[in-house]
Amino acid sequence: MATLIKNRRIVAQLSPPDLVLEPTDDPAVLAAAAGLARVIAVNFPRFGDGRGYSIARLLRERYGYQGELRAIGEVARDHLQAMARCGFDAFQLREGEDPQEALAAFDDFGDSYQATVAQPLPLFRRRLA
Amino acid sequence: MYIYDNIDQRLVDERVAQFRDQTRRFLAGSLSEDDFRALRLRNGLYVQRYAPMLRIAIPYGLLSSRQLRKLADIARRYDRGYGHFSTRQNLQLNWPKLEEVPDILAELATVQMHAIQTSGNCVRNITTDHFAGVAPDEIVDSFVWCELIRQWSTFHPEFNYLPRKFKIAVSGTVADRAATFVHDIGLYAVKNSAGEVGFKVIVGGGLGRTPVIGHVIRDFLPWPHLLTYLDAILRVYNRYGRRDNIHKARIKILVKERGPEKFRAEVEAEWAHLEDGPATVVEEEIRRIEARFTRPAYEKLADVDYTNVKTPFTAWMRRNVHPHKLPGYAAVSISLKKTGVPPGDVTSDQMERIAELADHYSFGELRVTHEQNLVFADVRQAELHGLWQQLRELGLATPNIGLLTNIIACPGGDFCSLANAKSLPVAEALQRRFDDLDYLHDIGELDLNISGCINACGHHHVGHIGILGVDKNGEEWYQITIGGAQQGRIGRIIGPSFARADIPDVIERLIETYLERRDSEAERFVDVVHRIGIEPFKTGVYGNPDQKSTDRRAALAA
Repeated sequence: MATLIKNRRIVAQLSPPDLVLEPTDDPAVLAAAAGLARVIAVNFPRFGDGRGYSIARLLRERYGYQGELRAIGEVARDHLQAMARCGFDAFQLREGEDPQEALAAFDDFGDSYQATVAQPLPLFRRRLA
Repeated sequence: MYIYDNIDQRLVDERVAQFRDQTRRFLAGSLSEDDFRALRLRNGLYVQRYAPMLRIAIPYGLLSSRQLRKLADIARRYDRGYGHFSTRQNLQLNWPKLEEVPDILAELATVQMHAIQTSGNCVRNITTDHFAGVAPDEIVDSFVWCELIRQWSTFHPEFNYLPRKFKIAVSGTVADRAATFVHDIGLYAVKNSAGEVGFKVIVGGGLGRTPVIGHVIRDFLPWPHLLTYLDAILRVYNRYGRRDNIHKARIKILVKERGPEKFRAEVEAEWAHLEDGPATVVEEEIRRIEARFTRPAYEKLADVDYTNVKTPFTAWMRRNVHPHKLPGYAAVSISLKKTGVPPGDVTSDQMERIAELADHYSFGELRVTHEQNLVFADVRQAELHGLWQQLRELGLATPNIGLLTNIIACPGGDFCSLANAKSLPVAEALQRRFDDLDYLHDIGELDLNISGCINACGHHHVGHIGILGVDKNGEEWYQITIGGAQQGRIGRIIGPSFARADIPDVIERLIETYLERRDSEAERFVDVVHRIGIEPFKTGVYGNPDQKSTDRRAALAA
């Protein structure tokens, strides 16, 4: 059984996605549909394929998508925090990932330099505050 | 030095803990070889031909004496008592143990150092001019901008898994000593007519398999937009850069396939959404970074006249001492290119002595150059002679900066598993051939760069003379290019490749042709190549019909 995480909690199941985006899909053409969808999944076909991170930020920051954004595919513990920062809030981990280790991954780093979906102000603006 | 605040330090500490856990999972078998590879590389850890190799970041080449002492200590305790300075201004250890790398990273973190993103498909160490902050032709202090970009690029959540590695260089001076035209992104500082600072943005340059000169996609990007514009470029690259073929995955291929104009339009369209967003840089942040850099407490000094001093100190003064923006000071190159020592190699003992000298002569700081030498940037002119004597005792005063024996070379087949051929024995053979200092000075300025394979870590494309190791049916051969230049010219191949033993003769013949054809001593080797073309050099090397044996050998190699 793959580990499922939503809002930093292990869950027994996740509802089926309304849309599944592949790395080559352009979220711009789905902008209208994004408004109607409640669950969008983004597929990560390989461990090192980073296109889904950009797709997530575009959906959240440019197209105002508010629903569940789920990472599926080669999703490992080591990806989770960056994915969360790019706007994912649900994760269908690949087989073999330890659920408790995965939950701990969201706290790997206490802060980030960049502006992200999770923290729209970059560190340098918060440092000045 | 930029001095970390609590947050900078915590991020580096957290990275050590993260990598320690990743290493543990790999050794326990719960992380596959492939997945661990992607993770260890972004912590600088390669698994090489004979042992792992750890590449330690030296952000924009700037080091404190305290950090250098720590590197000496690490090299002694975890390695074989020496390190290798690379062309990316980093330090490589060739014999660490994989299980001990988390401990090495923890040691580094105690002196505000790390190995973050020194490899892997992410934004690498930002490089710049090694005379930043002291160059007479300064436009901006590029260290400040490099640190801003370092922070932006560190663990960037969106750009952790790019199609391929990504290298950014920043030039803050009139003369581009950062090679901004052969990087994925080059940023060349400029001031507009109103005196405002901005950057010329150059994209898609690079060496490697397909050498390309970058394209200017912005003549003047006002500095507040620097990070949002980088975000836009990286986003276009992350989404559309090729991932199907590792040899076509660099941004230069995307720029080429799209065409620079269309690529520029895409970046601009992306940036239109990001412009003036929260990642727009503010004046206070630049001031904050500036204030966290230690600054030398300069005295008011007058220039010192050394014109009456005799050799061999003069030769060193001429080659290894460089102008400083303040009177009475000079920048000094410490040559790591002594004959018989692999270019860029330094022992732990030398590192400790250099650290002492840096404390005494240059405010406790030094820089690593892309030519694999070190620089003391702030030496009092009155103390140059004393420094020279001390360096000479250490074997670090070879007066060859800018000359043929100041060879840039990658570690090559002696260490690297990618290499087709060895580079270090070639470098040594050339240093021995051109051992005569008077002859060397007569030849004048000449960049000779050696790469052991097409990945071009030795930057052979931009050497005035470039030597590339190639594999022919399992044998090591060497291809020669001439006319490259760091300022953005790619050398041209002179013809069929050579066996290693022939290289010193071939270079000698190139030099002979140059000496015969130059107008004056002021005309450098590379200038002559550009003026008369490569044909006379080819004839000089491959000869006429009476040199049939050479021709036949060359033909066999082709």
